[in-house]
Amino acid sequence: MSSNNDNSSKFSATRRKLLMGMAALPAVPLLSQAGLFSTPAFAQAPATSAVNTTGLAVTDTEVTVGILHSVTGTMAISETGSVQAEKLAIDQINAMGGVLGRKIKFIQEDGASDWPTFAEKAKKLLVNDKVAAIMGCWTSASRKAVLPVVEQYNGMLYYPTFYEGLEQSKNVIYTGQEATQQILAGLDWVQKTKAGKTFYLIGSDYIWPRTSMKIARKHIEGHLKDSSVVGEEYFPLGHTQFNSVINKIKLKKPDVIYAAVVGGSNVAFYKQLKAAGIDLSKQTLLTISVTEDEIDGIGGENFAGAYSCMKYFQSLDNPNNKDFVAAFKKMWGEKTVIGDVTQAAYLGPWLWKMTVEKAGSFDVDKIAAASAGIEFSKAPEGYVKIHPNHHLWSKTRVGQAQLDGQFKVVFETPDLIEPDPFPKGYQ
Amino acid sequence: MTAPVKSGRTFFLRPQDMIGIVILAILLLVVLPLTLDNFRLQFVGKYLTYAFVALGLVLCWGYAGILSLGQGVFFGLGGYCMAMFLKLEASSVENTKIQTTPGIPDFMDWNQITALPWFWEPFRSFGFTTIAVVLVPAFFALLVGYALFKRRVGGVYFAIITQALAAIMTILIIGQQGYTGGINGITDLRTLHGWDIRTDSAKTVLYFVCVALLIGCILLAYYVKSSKLGRILVAMRDKEDRVRFSGYDVSSFKIFVFCLAASLSAIGGAMFTLQVGFMSPSFVGIVPSIEMVIYTAVGGRLSILGAIYGTLLVNWAKTSFSESFPELWLFGLGGMFIAVVLIFPNGIAGLYQVYVAPHLGPLFGGAKRKVTPPAATPPAAGSAAPAAAE
Repeated sequence: MSSNNDNSSKFSATRRKLLMGMAALPAVPLLSQAGLFSTPAFAQAPATSAVNTTGLAVTDTEVTVGILHSVTGTMAISETGSVQAEKLAIDQINAMGGVLGRKIKFIQEDGASDWPTFAEKAKKLLVNDKVAAIMGCWTSASRKAVLPVVEQYNGMLYYPTFYEGLEQSKNVIYTGQEATQQILAGLDWVQKTKAGKTFYLIGSDYIWPRTSMKIARKHIEGHLKDSSVVGEEYFPLGHTQFNSVINKIKLKKPDVIYAAVVGGSNVAFYKQLKAAGIDLSKQTLLTISVTEDEIDGIGGENFAGAYSCMKYFQSLDNPNNKDFVAAFKKMWGEKTVIGDVTQAAYLGPWLWKMTVEKAGSFDVDKIAAASAGIEFSKAPEGYVKIHPNHHLWSKTRVGQAQLDGQFKVVFETPDLIEPDPFPKGYQ
Repeated sequence: MTAPVKSGRTFFLRPQDMIGIVILAILLLVVLPLTLDNFRLQFVGKYLTYAFVALGLVLCWGYAGILSLGQGVFFGLGGYCMAMFLKLEASSVENTKIQTTPGIPDFMDWNQITALPWFWEPFRSFGFTTIAVVLVPAFFALLVGYALFKRRVGGVYFAIITQALAAIMTILIIGQQGYTGGINGITDLRTLHGWDIRTDSAKTVLYFVCVALLIGCILLAYYVKSSKLGRILVAMRDKEDRVRFSGYDVSSFKIFVFCLAASLSAIGGAMFTLQVGFMSPSFVGIVPSIEMVIYTAVGGRLSILGAIYGTLLVNWAKTSFSESFPELWLFGLGGMFIAVVLIFPNGIAGLYQVYVAPHLGPLFGGAKRKVTPPAATPPAAGSAAPAAAE
């Protein structure tokens, strides 16, 4: 939508070239692991008329899905990882024989970091291209713009980002965490291990940080013993002057800084914290908005020592993740980092494939109905399962940032946490 | 030089203008609906809402020489007025019973607001909303115009200030998310007096309403252009001091045309909300405001009809480039804008004037004149009166 995006487009253009070169390489490592799905079910493909009763773009050999992320504009830097992960997953599924005997073909559209464009493109994918599913959206705003469209035209959206909750739709599978999954266990952990009694909440000013902080405050004040919130502040998106709030932090000396600052603001915030002499190895800082992708911009030395609460870290030590990281780097280059959302985006095509196979059909209604209970044991984050409310059961993990921009996992909930998009007592 | 004045006395449209409008009407009302499928036609409907802004810019920038880089503000105000009405209708107690406070818009509930703010109340009435769509932006433009034009702020300074206004408005909307929906905007609009605006048939009806309104606004623009007022505007653009010394209150004329452009933009904004089904701050800021100026420039800022075609062309290019080349499309679009500036600075209308109109001239009894772009070749003293435009 804008003409000031030339840098990111250039960046994407090279990525595109990279993709052309790399796409030819089969993503072998994970395939050997994926024995679970390599049953010869796809060998005899069921008739198209049987698996597609609603006129989707399904032929005897192909099924079309849409990829809808921003590859230009301010969000491109965040969403590129999701696009890469989705393409990797589609590649791997195709190398295994596809879905119900059909190769997945994708149509990519650019949301251009612009919410109405997202809505327009979603409509195009559903109405014109008749895609069987859309992997896409990143910000809450883009999802809110696309949601009425997928509901109206009965599409299926796989949404990867951790988000604020307060939403549930038959037409959306939320592969990221909703707010309580990301917040509660992390706060419990920080109170227990860091003796955190006073909290200072800082966030960017839009729906996700505000809702998250509301939940955090209720949990701190109502569920943690003798704990209190000593400050709560929000800054406009893109804000870069954090000195006043840093002074207040120095004055109030909270045990824990709890941060949900997003995008470019992160860079300014952490650099200014460091410049103000707040040493993150002494001052506990827990954030729900910094993944490996953001550290790339912030710089490992400015963020080392801080804690991040996510469900996935690139450093997770399990065989699924080792294969995933290897395949991802093989396809997209050694230097790429993989953040929480990228992993969640990778789950989308896989969960869709398994749901289609369970339902024995590409029909959206049948997929919506069959989604509950789908399990994916080869997920890089470990085992995940779709809840009847269309969110995932997943673990909460806390990682401590290292100088090299990776996280050391210091805490992991023993069990999967039930998704609860409309948490009672937290609204 | 005498022909237009003569025909202007009896009727404000010259024959060739009338033919142009009829051709546009046939294109929008007959050709496109018959050749495009529903899906593409709805896109055209959306593009046409920007054409209202371009139309306002032709009057304000092309004729009166006031370059506003903040028309998105007015587009947004109109759109938000309409969105507030539709959102209230969509937020009936029944639809919102899962909320902590049922009966208020969902985003207010997410922001812990428990009662409808006072300034939302009047938007329960459709009558009030339609009036507000036109008058709220006009009033806002009046304030801005009064503050600036009375102090003789003009030219580049005015453009910069309007740009700042666009930035301020975006920040205000995003910052007050409890009242405005913040960066998400006001989404999930469903019905207008119980009529579901999301269906294909409703969108087709809205398309025709939009075209009808647009043609109405085009006629209004021609009327203003051919009136004495229009001639004073052009005179002001070309030699402001001379008009002032002749005893005219220049600032009042500027304020008027700025308010008119604001209202036109706002009508576009309201139609946009109706057709697209939501409104967000991304139509208010600096980038969309400048884009709207580009539509006008591509079409030709001196031509009322040219601006409409320019809007259609740029938006069509945007959609089709981005569908074909999701990662490279911005370069294509950028190339097109550069081409416009370098190769045909008067836009599509300029091409028409140079290559097509001379051949049509005899048809209209030689009434046709060449364009005299004010920036490229400042007209000689004395030619400031009726004839300079188009």
